[in-house]
Amino acid sequence: MHDIDFDINLMEISKIEGHAGLQVVVRGGIVQDVQFKIQEYKRFYTQGMTGKKPEILPQFVARICGTCSNAHLLASTEAVEHALGIQITPQAHLLRQLMVNGLMIRDHALHLYIFSLPDLFDLDSLIDFDETDPMQKQFLHDALEVKAVGNDLQVYIAGRSVHALFIAVGGFTQIPTTDPATLISKLQSIRPAVIRLAKLFVEKQTKLNHPTTYVALRGLTGWSFLDGNIITSKKETIKEAAFRQHFDNVVIPYSQATAYTYAGHSYMVGALSRINMNKDQLHPNTRHDLADILELFPSTDIFMNNVAQAIEILHCIDESVDILTKTKFAPEQRVKPTKSDGIGIGVIEAPRGLLFYKVTVSNGTVTDGQVVVPTGQNQINIEKDIGKLVEDNLSSMNQAELEYEIEKLIRAYDPCISCASHFLKVKWDIR
Amino acid sequence: MFTILLDKYFFEWRERMEFVEARILRRSRTGSAFDVAFVEGAITADSQIQRLKKIRDMSKVLVAIGSCACTGMPAAIRNDFTTEQKQEIEFILDRFQYSDRVRKIDEIVKVDKYIPGCPMSTDAFLLALNELFVQFGHPPVDLKK
Repeated sequence: MHDIDFDINLMEISKIEGHAGLQVVVRGGIVQDVQFKIQEYKRFYTQGMTGKKPEILPQFVARICGTCSNAHLLASTEAVEHALGIQITPQAHLLRQLMVNGLMIRDHALHLYIFSLPDLFDLDSLIDFDETDPMQKQFLHDALEVKAVGNDLQVYIAGRSVHALFIAVGGFTQIPTTDPATLISKLQSIRPAVIRLAKLFVEKQTKLNHPTTYVALRGLTGWSFLDGNIITSKKETIKEAAFRQHFDNVVIPYSQATAYTYAGHSYMVGALSRINMNKDQLHPNTRHDLADILELFPSTDIFMNNVAQAIEILHCIDESVDILTKTKFAPEQRVKPTKSDGIGIGVIEAPRGLLFYKVTVSNGTVTDGQVVVPTGQNQINIEKDIGKLVEDNLSSMNQAELEYEIEKLIRAYDPCISCASHFLKVKWDIR
Repeated sequence: MFTILLDKYFFEWRERMEFVEARILRRSRTGSAFDVAFVEGAITADSQIQRLKKIRDMSKVLVAIGSCACTGMPAAIRNDFTTEQKQEIEFILDRFQYSDRVRKIDEIVKVDKYIPGCPMSTDAFLLALNELFVQFGHPPVDLKK
């Protein structure tokens, strides 16, 4: 093992959101360097926020990423509302809960079925799934159905699942009034597929035990992707507004993204963190039907992020069915601003983890904006996990096998490179 | 939007198309020529100019997808930054070899079809795809089903 020297240079990692590369240097059987390179070019949205009217800011920043656009809409809208002293109605809050649930279903399904599932069948792509094989046929059809229902839920609530149309500062411009019965039955119909998916990942995926600090939002009265306090696996509780006092940016010269540390150490955000710390808040039907799998959490295995995402899909189905069944939505006006100056913070759980917005408004114009995205927060942890995976398997795998395992590991984080590359507060970098 | 349309048209598309280079779906098979290249995003670095020219050379038809590819915006916001904003980002432009300005793709290569919108208009995309299926000897997909 001491004579193992090699370099891994992956120019392109397939089946993730956006463009990233990787460099690993091994000398004498020891991993000397791991560089996970965010290669997307910036469009400088942080700078571009300045001078915008606050009411149009959410639709502007949503263009950072198509896949995550509705997460950016939810977080930036909340930040603007806080800056302008707006408290949305309980109905608008319920609609946003359904919107984020639809986003989670579609986005997690995209990741699990299109990006990661082929690895479990040793295939390159879902396109290659063979319909004459009963299992492959089942999962191919599941993939298309589950993804479509997440899309349908967002279309019903917000008009579109990419760059939603109806969410706006103060509430919604349109309220769904058509009968949700078909949507409810579609949501219920995909439950068996999601349970099948969670079981398959538990059974077939790679394992890597490598503890880190887990960070997530925790609802005050029950599960929430939208509100609550930030909690950590070190048992600390941080108010949303105090986020930037606890999490520090780190400049990485080879990456177009900014990385973050918590108390000087790397940490992980995303479904694994949420399920590790909040599984007690999941919908009772989800807890019942996935009881055995939930016993596996808290987990220190990043591959369990895949399973955590499948669990969240089921929770989002169950919670959405409840809300849609019990609620009769009625047209209402958006809540108007109570002031034209202020600083607002919006923190939500996006599919890939904690998403932070800070917006400063002066005389009705945005004068400063800050954004912290999940993949930036995970960057250092991704590199550390790759180092651990390489060291653990150095003597048992050849280089090609290692590269494949590394790709699977990066995919387990479900990184979004489009988002990660677009935020760098320039002052941080000039030292 | 492509992955959303995939839910409905997966089987029709799989019969008619081979995905040669689609990193979101599979590993790249570099070196192969394309009948049709779909290009999204604006061009912000010299390396992208070279890559786009290469894609054009390898493709019979090139389709611009989405607002950034068709019009440059909103990816081209830095072109209109104030002097102060430009100073703030200058060191990043230098470090990663950005171009002097952001360009829409028909400033660099010939574009055969445009599918505008952010996100792209799915109706325009499906119609254009059907024209391309016919052009390359396949039956069009029934869009009314």
